[in-house]
Amino acid sequence: MSALEIAGRSFESRLIIGTGGFRSLDAMRAAVQASGADVATVALRRVDPTARGSILELLDDCGCFVVPNTAGCFTARDAVATARLAREALETDWVKLEVIGDDKTLLPDPGELLDAAEQLVGDGFTVLPYTNDDPVLARRLEDAGCAAVMPLGSPIGSGMGIANPYNLRLIVEAARVPVILDAGIGTASDAALAMEAGCDAVLLASAVSRAEDPAVMATAMRKAVEAGYAARRAGRIPRRLYGEPSSPVEGVAELT
Amino acid sequence: MLNGDAHQLPDGATVLDAVRAVGASADGRGVAAAVDGEVVPRGQWESRPLSGDERVEVLQAVQGG
Repeated sequence: MSALEIAGRSFESRLIIGTGGFRSLDAMRAAVQASGADVATVALRRVDPTARGSILELLDDCGCFVVPNTAGCFTARDAVATARLAREALETDWVKLEVIGDDKTLLPDPGELLDAAEQLVGDGFTVLPYTNDDPVLARRLEDAGCAAVMPLGSPIGSGMGIANPYNLRLIVEAARVPVILDAGIGTASDAALAMEAGCDAVLLASAVSRAEDPAVMATAMRKAVEAGYAARRAGRIPRRLYGEPSSPVEGVAELT
Repeated sequence: MLNGDAHQLPDGATVLDAVRAVGASADGRGVAAAVDGEVVPRGQWESRPLSGDERVEVLQAVQGG
């Protein structure tokens, strides 16, 4: 696989791992290593003095570049404030921008998202927005200066795969920044389909962290992303209504 | 208010005292503090005094998608 380039930074893996939902830090370590991911996302929450182990040390050990998110924010104001705190905590100006508009579907709020993206780009952040699978909104985010667009396949944690492949295709065709399929992946074939559709990378958390065996699923996702990427580059055959023989039609013996 | 709970810090307490009070490591890796929603950079924790009616949030990196 050739490298994934985002905002002038180069990554070997096209699988980005979200660290939410693991049952233990040990399970996370095994899965992150198996995934081969070299970018991982984290959230920012109030300090819990009872928490054991450092997620940042673990991700350092795994060689991951850490990108904080603004999960849990419902307004541009909260998201911008959270991004600024994350920049201070992690000494990075990269942010996975998440502004949720509905606590049941966890779908992004388009107006607040665009507002936050514009403010953060203006403030010098490298903004990776988690967005609806809306080609117009994706273009607006790109025009606002986002370093990538990250359309959902389906709602966060739903495992419903890519609900609207047509919209995803429109986003991929129009985008001049990397397109990262973010959210909705349930199993390996979903990740392969995202890459075959032309996405530059896949970001997933629950599909691995909540799998019965996270490390094995992480391996499956790594292979699926590689396979989907290779298949996209290879150029698939067209779909046909009828069969087309692959053996020669001439020279068939008359035996009876 | 410190991380959503009423909290009594001694007179003259600073943001650094608040960070220590919630059990965050004072070297600050992965930790950030805000007073009334405004980030206080790590270098100013020790010099930024707190008054009783301010809301202090001390956050750290945790698992998240």
